[in-house]
Amino acid sequence: MRPLLALLLIAVLLLTGCTPATAPTAKPAEPTKAATSGETVTLTIESWRNDDLTIWQDKIIPAFNAKYPNIKVVFAPSAPTEYNAALNAKLEGGTAGDLITCRPFDVSLGLYNKGYLASLSDLPGMDNFSAVAKSAWITDDGKNAFCVPMASVIHGFIYNADAFKELGLSTPKTEAQLIAALEAIKKDGRYAPLAMGTADQWEAATMGFQNIGPNYWKGEDGRLALIAGKAKFTDADYVNVWNTLAAWKPYMPQGFEAVKYPDSQNLFTLGKAAIYPAGSWEISLFNTQAKFKMGAFSPPTKNEGDTCYISDHTDIALGMNAKSAHAAEARTFLEWMTTAEFAELYSNALPGFFTLSNHKIALTDPLAQEFLNWRGTCKSTIRNSYQILSRGEPNLENELWNVSAQVIAGTLTPDAAAKRIQDGLEKWYKP
Amino acid sequence: MPSPPDIHRSGRKPFPTYLVVFLAPATVLYTLFMVYPLLDSLRLSLFSTPTQGGPELFVGLRNFVALLTDDLWAPRFWGALKNNFIFFAVHTLVQNPVGLLLAALVSNPRRRGAGVYRTLFFMPTMLSVVIIGFSWQLILNPLWGIASGALHAVGLGALYQPWLGHAGSALIVLALISVWQFVGIPMMLFYAALIGIPEEWVEAARVDGASSWSIFWRIKFPLILPTVGTVTVLTYVGNFNAFDLIYAVQGALAGPNFSTDLMGTFFYRTFFGFQLQLGSPTMGATVATMMFLIILVGVLLYLFAWQRRVQSYEL
Repeated sequence: MRPLLALLLIAVLLLTGCTPATAPTAKPAEPTKAATSGETVTLTIESWRNDDLTIWQDKIIPAFNAKYPNIKVVFAPSAPTEYNAALNAKLEGGTAGDLITCRPFDVSLGLYNKGYLASLSDLPGMDNFSAVAKSAWITDDGKNAFCVPMASVIHGFIYNADAFKELGLSTPKTEAQLIAALEAIKKDGRYAPLAMGTADQWEAATMGFQNIGPNYWKGEDGRLALIAGKAKFTDADYVNVWNTLAAWKPYMPQGFEAVKYPDSQNLFTLGKAAIYPAGSWEISLFNTQAKFKMGAFSPPTKNEGDTCYISDHTDIALGMNAKSAHAAEARTFLEWMTTAEFAELYSNALPGFFTLSNHKIALTDPLAQEFLNWRGTCKSTIRNSYQILSRGEPNLENELWNVSAQVIAGTLTPDAAAKRIQDGLEKWYKP
Repeated sequence: MPSPPDIHRSGRKPFPTYLVVFLAPATVLYTLFMVYPLLDSLRLSLFSTPTQGGPELFVGLRNFVALLTDDLWAPRFWGALKNNFIFFAVHTLVQNPVGLLLAALVSNPRRRGAGVYRTLFFMPTMLSVVIIGFSWQLILNPLWGIASGALHAVGLGALYQPWLGHAGSALIVLALISVWQFVGIPMMLFYAALIGIPEEWVEAARVDGASSWSIFWRIKFPLILPTVGTVTVLTYVGNFNAFDLIYAVQGALAGPNFSTDLMGTFFYRTFFGFQLQLGSPTMGATVATMMFLIILVGVLLYLFAWQRRVQSYEL
């Protein structure tokens, strides 16, 4: 009995010890003597996109190495939710990688102001990006850009085209049509109408509120009006977004209050749900998992033919660690990222992440191309809580998660949600 | 026979240098890695961080006043504190009795396979909290969890709810998951106390005609009361430091609507920041200091109010 027990114990200990508790952490690159003399230099990229590991290893880095064989690049991501904290700790401890993936707006601006990110205003190729593209990674006075914009993500709805065909549904253009489609799917009973849960809270805000919202607050007009203090969250334009979200409740899966993000992804890709409120970043994962034909439609408008607005959110950029031991090589890599070659390569390697540069590119992925086409028919905007408005306490973005999840779950009325958000914002923000 | 030199009789005792040698490594390490950071975070809680970089400014107790009274911080603080007490109450009321029951059952020398049961009950304690959190999430998952299926199988399907998603039940469920994981520790401590009771005492009581029930409550239970106190204070310290299970299951925002927010998750959000919210080391240190004070008060209460009273029962 005894040795058996000991063996069992050891087995259990080994098992628990072997679980991937920590994401791979980046090693600080070893200092080199002379990178110019043809020696190989290693650059490390910090990122939260651990889904992209293989794409960087198999496509992007080899393409770069075809031109610059002496610069070895290591893509070392951490878990998305831990990225900010982990990166801050590494930067403070001086162990962060040479290239830093930048979150948009204040998180990166804070890093720049603390001197962790180098200014890239003089980087050749930065003029390939429009002012809007650069706006998420630039000082408030617009003088110092500190990250090379990589991509935006677009919100919309992905649907199971086979299920739509089976049920004789066409893609909804107006909100009434969307509700009618959801009702028809529910009545049929074979599919969950809307694959979404509120357990993680952020989906309710990001794929709910920020997805359909721009049509209500008229994109950039409404977003800038909030910043200027000319609009309030208690205005009808905002309250009505929550009213619409509240109407989604009957079409959500059973027990949606405890359904997490991966659950709703699986529900959709297993073919058990018909419509998925999406961010375009889902495309590559869905392509590998879903066995059915997928289509996409942009957030429906109130009336047919209304101007449509999409959330075309500046999401990801790459900056340089100001204390990098290989500044010259890091700049070489960043400069390469401003080229059309990288834009085309990246947007195709990662369908759903759309380049922010002015280069004209063509996408091979039909679903991604559908999302990209909306840039031609609708007006682009970004999430309204990202620029300036999430600087204080309570944090607007986190508050939006909370109230949007509660509105959908029915524990908070749209009016109460609007009041809470507006009160929280007024507490610290004086336009 | 020549007697060895006796230091006790030579009048002056030499300083026991070896004590310093033996204590030094522990003292140095403890001071360096426990005492100093603790004191430094107490110091940090008296400062404020300017928004973008810059040095910290001394603000006295202003952070504490904000934490306890400001209508931005206070609801989160009091909410987390209240949840923490609920979390602790569930542990005390469920973990102690269940641990005691299991210990009483496995300490019965006539029970066959007691060792196997002991191992099985202790097993979850050795697993990582992340695994526990993930497994229970799968079990309770409304889409593919077995909880709803199991209830349906016995005709109680209507009782199934997405418990982790409701503000009313999420905290209790998480506390019960934690109890399930850690019940092995009180069980082992109670077990050790129970088998330490001299068999003659039990036999004497039996000869006097006492039933098993009264032997347990009149003889064994008073003797293990000090262990109950130890377990309770260990649970208290563990619960008020709890963070990992909530973070693994509900994330740092401790949803729904902060209903599972504990001091630990509140501290994490404040110190490290979350999503677009930037962390504030000084406010985080304030929360950490409050956690320290709460735990300190609890432990002192235990030492002075409980441990002194139960001393007379000690073997």
